[in-house]
Amino acid sequence: MTVGARWTRRVLWVGFGLFFLFPLYAMADFSTRSRDGRTVQAWANLVHDEALYDAIAASVLLAVLTVAGMLTLLVPTMIWVRLRARWARRLVEFFCLLPLTIPALVIVVGLRNVYLWVTYLLGESALTLAFVYVVVVLPFAYRALDASLSAVDLRTLTEAARSLGAGWFTATLQVVVPNIWPGMVSAAFISTAVVLGEYTIASLSGYQTLPVQIVLLGKSDGPTSVAASLATLVFGFVLLSALSLLTRRRRSTASVAR
Amino acid sequence: MVISGRRAARTLREALPLLPFGVAVVVFLIIPTVTVLIGAVYVDGAFTLDRIAALFTGTALSALANSLLLSAISALVGAAAGAVLAWLIVSAASTSTLRRAVLALCSVLAQFGGVALAFAFLATVGLNGVLTLWVQQLTGWNLAGSGWLYSLGGLTLVYTYFQIPLMVIVFLPALEGLRSQWREAAVSLGASTWAYWRDVAVPLLTPAFLGSVLLLFANAFAAYATAAALVSQGSPIVPLLIRTALTSDVVLGQAGFAYALALEMIVVVAVVMAAYRLVVRRSDRWLS
Repeated sequence: MTVGARWTRRVLWVGFGLFFLFPLYAMADFSTRSRDGRTVQAWANLVHDEALYDAIAASVLLAVLTVAGMLTLLVPTMIWVRLRARWARRLVEFFCLLPLTIPALVIVVGLRNVYLWVTYLLGESALTLAFVYVVVVLPFAYRALDASLSAVDLRTLTEAARSLGAGWFTATLQVVVPNIWPGMVSAAFISTAVVLGEYTIASLSGYQTLPVQIVLLGKSDGPTSVAASLATLVFGFVLLSALSLLTRRRRSTASVAR
Repeated sequence: MVISGRRAARTLREALPLLPFGVAVVVFLIIPTVTVLIGAVYVDGAFTLDRIAALFTGTALSALANSLLLSAISALVGAAAGAVLAWLIVSAASTSTLRRAVLALCSVLAQFGGVALAFAFLATVGLNGVLTLWVQQLTGWNLAGSGWLYSLGGLTLVYTYFQIPLMVIVFLPALEGLRSQWREAAVSLGASTWAYWRDVAVPLLTPAFLGSVLLLFANAFAAYATAAALVSQGSPIVPLLIRTALTSDVVLGQAGFAYALALEMIVVVAVVMAAYRLVVRRSDRWLS
């Protein structure tokens, strides 16, 4: 590599670094400044501000419900289309990736009638958003699970389990699930990140989740909004970095075993 | 008859476990979409093109023009800068911590940023933003003056902030698909680095690049959260006009205008995604 190319590369790294990291630094600075020095008031508000705390709790609970719903819906379906109903595999894939083409904004416009029924049956609660969130996270979850399922010999595993007397339920839960665990963990992590950041559907349906509350607070208390925004970004970063480390460890143990 | 009956029974038995998945997708994805399609052309049970016609009036047309402009500029700038960043990342060692950290950051900013990105820019170049205050102290010039951050220009800047990372994520596989043998072959035939890029790498990467531009365009056109958090009043772009129509359709005097706008969004995104499929089919032949 010539000296010129090396310097071009360095300058580019610094340029991109500044463009992407400066706003994050600015958030940290903005959320901790006061008239005379520094304060952690905005960060303390994340726990002390009742509305914000409730919104955080609602979003976390929504993430848990969405992940649970997504896994119970998607894992059996994806195993089934690989083993017994291969004719439906393309169809399931198509539906899973469809939310990429239909924007969340379009879904929420058409969602009113459906949610009249949902709230009629289950009551008015932000947690009912979990239903539509399961659909929103499908593309992300599908890719993670599909990669994991492709890496194991599903047919042999289940046939072995079945020939030893296990039913479909036992075979799935005790033999297949432990083998596709990494895929389930990444699907869960990515879905969590999606749900914690989802604003479109929640705000236009009138529910107070964390992003909705952040925007609402932004009108009266800028620093707290900025602190909460930075917290969600950092949390997402930690989640996805952990995921990346997890898959690396998995890969290195796999190559040792080979 | 007996055989086909048995086959039907078997298909049914195979299809039954797919029912929960099918119901969820139909109720929470297909029905809302169909509701939009029908709502755009049916009013009180009668077919009408009134709502579609309303798309071709002043406010809606200018919102569409703004949206297309915002999506095009942020897609082109994002794709160009993102391709460079992806190239920087590929030339770093594949196991390095730096690379992992950059990719994790890209994922967060591209896919899960939403409203947080609006506040990132408010904290940077907003009225009391960190950069605004620095510049004011140094030069006395008000960087945030005239509220450009809340206009189309500001939106373009903030959109670029999530378009570049998205470009990195979608373009990286294509760059990694360039085999080192092709470079070696070119070099052994006497090509310079420049000639290799001009005659081999760039022609190979062009379809993937164009496909990524289209994907970024669709992404920007459908994005809502960042713009909604930044612009609280007025509706300069289609997604924000949908918000206005949804939350105050009484004022507009056109209940259900949101359906027509949502249909417009479906059409634009569908056309762009169809073009994307065509382009990508070409690039998959080599880089997969």
